[in-house]
Amino acid sequence: MAGPRVIIIGAGPAGVRCAETLVAAGIRPTIIDEGRRDGGQIYRRQPDNFTRSYSTLYGTEAAKAAVLHSCFDALRERVDYLPETLVWNISERVVYALRLGKLVELPFDALVLCTGATDRLMPVKGWNFAGTYSLGGAQVALKSQACAIGRRTAFIGTGPLLYLVAAQYLKAGAGVAAVLDTSPWSLRLAALPKLLAMPRALFNGMALTLALRRAGVPMYNGVTPLEITGSGEGGVSGLSFKDARGQAHSLACDAVALGYHLRPETQLADLARCEFQFDAATRQWLPRIDPDGRSSVHGVYLAGDGARILGANAAEASGRLAALAVLKDSGHPVETDVVDGQRRILARLERFAQGLRQSFPWPAHFAANLPDDAVVCRCEAVTVGELRRVVAQTGATESNRAKAFSRVGMGRCQGRYCGNAAAEIIAHAADVPIDQVGRLRGQAPVKPLPIAIAEDGA
Amino acid sequence: MSGRFVRLAESARQAVTIRVDGKPVQALLGDSVMVAVLTAGGHLRESEFGDGHRAGFCLMGACQDCWVWTADGERLRACSTPLTEGMDISTRQPETTWPDHA
Amino acid sequence: MTAASDVIIIGAGIAGSAAAFFLRQRGCSVTLIERGLAGQQASGVNFGNVRRQGRRLEHLALSNRASVSWRRMRELVGEDIEYIQEGHIRICYRDRPELLDNFAEYAGEARVRGLELEIVTGTALRQRFPFFGPDVLGGSYSALDGHANPRLVAPAFARAAKRNGAEVIENCEILQVEKAGEDFLASAADGRRFHAPILLVTAGAWGNRFSTQFGEPVPLVSHGPTMCVTEPVPYSIRCAVGVVTPVKEEDLYFRQIPRGNIIIGGGPRNPSYPDLCRAYVMPRNTLNQFKQLRRLAPELTRLNILRVWSGVEGYFPDEQPVMGPSRTTSGLYYAFGFSGGGFQLGPGVGDVMAELIATGQTTTPIDMFDIGRPALSATA
Ligand SMILES: Cc1cc2nc3c(=O)[nH]c(=O)nc-3n(C[C@H](O)[C@H](O)[C@H](O)COP(=O)(O)OP(=O)(O)OC[C@H]3O[C@@H](n4cnc5c(N)ncnc54)[C@H](O)[C@@H]3O)c2cc1C
Ligand SMILES: Cc1cc2nc3c(=O)[nH]c(=O)nc-3n(C[C@H](O)[C@H](O)[C@H](O)COP(=O)(O)OP(=O)(O)OC[C@H]3O[C@@H](n4cnc5c(N)ncnc54)[C@H](O)[C@@H]3O)c2cc1C
Repeated sequence: MAGPRVIIIGAGPAGVRCAETLVAAGIRPTIIDEGRRDGGQIYRRQPDNFTRSYSTLYGTEAAKAAVLHSCFDALRERVDYLPETLVWNISERVVYALRLGKLVELPFDALVLCTGATDRLMPVKGWNFAGTYSLGGAQVALKSQACAIGRRTAFIGTGPLLYLVAAQYLKAGAGVAAVLDTSPWSLRLAALPKLLAMPRALFNGMALTLALRRAGVPMYNGVTPLEITGSGEGGVSGLSFKDARGQAHSLACDAVALGYHLRPETQLADLARCEFQFDAATRQWLPRIDPDGRSSVHGVYLAGDGARILGANAAEASGRLAALAVLKDSGHPVETDVVDGQRRILARLERFAQGLRQSFPWPAHFAANLPDDAVVCRCEAVTVGELRRVVAQTGATESNRAKAFSRVGMGRCQGRYCGNAAAEIIAHAADVPIDQVGRLRGQAPVKPLPIAIAEDGA
Repeated sequence: MSGRFVRLAESARQAVTIRVDGKPVQALLGDSVMVAVLTAGGHLRESEFGDGHRAGFCLMGACQDCWVWTADGERLRACSTPLTEGMDISTRQPETTWPDHA
Repeated sequence: MTAASDVIIIGAGIAGSAAAFFLRQRGCSVTLIERGLAGQQASGVNFGNVRRQGRRLEHLALSNRASVSWRRMRELVGEDIEYIQEGHIRICYRDRPELLDNFAEYAGEARVRGLELEIVTGTALRQRFPFFGPDVLGGSYSALDGHANPRLVAPAFARAAKRNGAEVIENCEILQVEKAGEDFLASAADGRRFHAPILLVTAGAWGNRFSTQFGEPVPLVSHGPTMCVTEPVPYSIRCAVGVVTPVKEEDLYFRQIPRGNIIIGGGPRNPSYPDLCRAYVMPRNTLNQFKQLRRLAPELTRLNILRVWSGVEGYFPDEQPVMGPSRTTSGLYYAFGFSGGGFQLGPGVGDVMAELIATGQTTTPIDMFDIGRPALSATA
């Protein structure tokens, strides 16, 4: 049977489980991933000639990583896998990709976007100095390159990744200057009932905190970042912050790992013209999906962190669900109790994720107090003050409008790292609700595209 | 400054020499261009808009803050490009020059 | 509730915003009504060429009038709209040497009409424009043309008009217009109503909706020109550049801004959806631009592009706008359908329409833009 042409973008846990489910039903999907290897973010594989063990690399998640990797390895003959392939546009049911300098055009009947997440950022004055990295970036340095981003790294922000990466650094022998969480402890207690949906994950998280404490790493909760100090030439040299009682501290460090949990990578969904809706809980816009990952566009599905930030286990479940939805929609028999089973798993993980959101909230209120001379858009080096000036002088209260006048979000990263914060700054400066500020429209290419891209026969 | 990044493990890999801004730099096979440059130095490029050196940010190909140049003017995203022996990297944007078509 | 003024303007693109500004200068009270935000459509997303050369000779008077405003823009609107008068060059390729003769002929005619052009070939071309590929044969250079930031211009006109007393109403879509007695009555989707003895329709690709309501349907279609922008590189190309060719695929233009990005446009256009106010770039059209760039300026193919975009632009079959009074209804005026060239003209359009409305005549000829011209008749 000539099944539907299914393309999966992303070979992380969501994409791999999606592929597995499709293959089991006799479909040969195409899996595209920009990375050199499968695994996605959490189960990112190290280069071939590295030798660290699974437990060194993935800690408590080592078993799951091994299972996912071998699942993918077993699928290799039964899928068309395109690694090192960037999907840069989607138009008229064709995926446009860049593979080793060449154009690849792939038509599809069904498209499953499993594009994962990136760090969510709120600027700190000085975050443009060399030596400030995203929290995720700090982890990638370690996981895929066995490096620390500096000799003494200060970890600041919030979210489970804050403690995880700091603990991984510590364990790997890197210097950890401090772990500074912007969320107060009380929130974690309040969220406890929800966090108990995943007792093991909760326990692992507590163990990380404990390990850091035991090692004597300075740890603070409920902090407010003040400034990353340093210079344009030499980069980061220190960090100052206020503790929960309002007392100012400063510390010396040569690297800062900064992040406030994650944001889904939704540009491709936007290019596929999926509808978005405002999610009040996370204060961001998400593609609208049904419980199984169907988007508003027929034949386009979303799974994993690229749809909702629910973590790796949920990515696997939602990848399976999206595959089951593809199967159902293309006339394959699908057993309802299989679907129900995955939905139940997802519901439990959703409850845990709510607990995490409640424990480690996005600090929207920081936007109001950012100094005018802090950079908001790193790509274009646009300051908070300039954005505020534009809002005040032109009346721009919508993200794309403010971008048009201020260039915030107009640079290489397409607003991935400034978009969320810029929206908060605009909302505060214009005194409008955040949902009315809207979201930056995605525009192709999702990442810089070489003009020299070679077409067939060119 | 010496290197920004610190190697913590995996140091038994094969050594590779590349050039960064004309100077030889020792790196290891399997390093990304970013790691090769930043274990030896402090930055990857200049911000075009005058706020100083940049050394990348996300390491996952999303922020685009780590583009460097090769000596012959090609562009590379340092975090996602594995180094190869003999690479010649520049952390300074080349001046625009035009070939002579006269 | 109805609000009254001398003139209602529907559409705050560059044409409508500039008209509001110049009408205020002439003392008329103005209500400028915009469905979305001022300059959000074609006027805000276009390539930004402020180019006179290459336009039809009979359009040069209007274009020249616009040019005068462009040079005084900061003084007029009170802010910097990033107008860069560093010239514009149109080139032809070696396989079409006859175009060089056309350039020379055009230059002669343009000079009579106040536009000074210089034909550049050979070593001079290579020295002054070293970025051109070997296939470029020669060009026509206009020193007093340039480019500007489209995102800033129409909103700046609208703000300046407002400062000078115009009523600027955004987020207000006019659904219906009619003439009731001496006054026009414009009814908005949100229930608001506006009336005035004079109505100016500057609704861009949507202009036909209103002319139809007065018995003057016109064959206006919309397309989306193809645009992209590169990463920033050292500022070294100051003039705007364009190719002259009868082949649509070969059509290409670019300009560099002082921040370093190079903006590229041209080639086949994209489907446009006026009802959604969106036009989507077909990836093939972007790839075609890449291919053409290899020929026009091969060194630039080392760059990456960061973004593509398009916009909804209204075109008439004879690629000329409708500008002037209605033929059916007194007090009604049109200025829409600029067919891909209305950014440069915009300040001139506003100026001329204000003059026409305030004085009943124009010192700049616009009769070829009449809504009743044969090319726009139902059979055309
Ligand atoms: C740095 C980082 C660290 C994390 N660590 C943890 C952790 O320790 N524990 C945890 O539970 N969660 C962690 N997360 C969350 C984690 O992303 C998810 O739990 C899990 O990896 C999500 O799986 P996924 O399949 O949805 O996406 P991912 O695993 O992120 O996979 C997405 C894949 O899509 C590919 N892709 C995206 N866009 C394109 C494109 N345009 N073209 C081609 N390919 C594309 C990417 O290359 C990537 O491989 C982390 C997230 C980040 C960003
Ligand atoms: C991608 C692109 C590139 C271009 N490049 C160039 C160039 O380099 N040089 C050049 O000279 N020209 C260029 N053009 C053409 C130029 O942009 C247009 O001709 C010019 O901007 C038209 O201005 P306008 O005011 O008539 O129309 P618009 O800017 O479209 O304004 C019309 C306004 O009317 C509003 N409107 C419509 N219906 C209603 C309603 N019912 N109620 C209220 N408001 C309404 C719309 O929302 C809109 O804002 C380009 C166009 C595009 C799209």
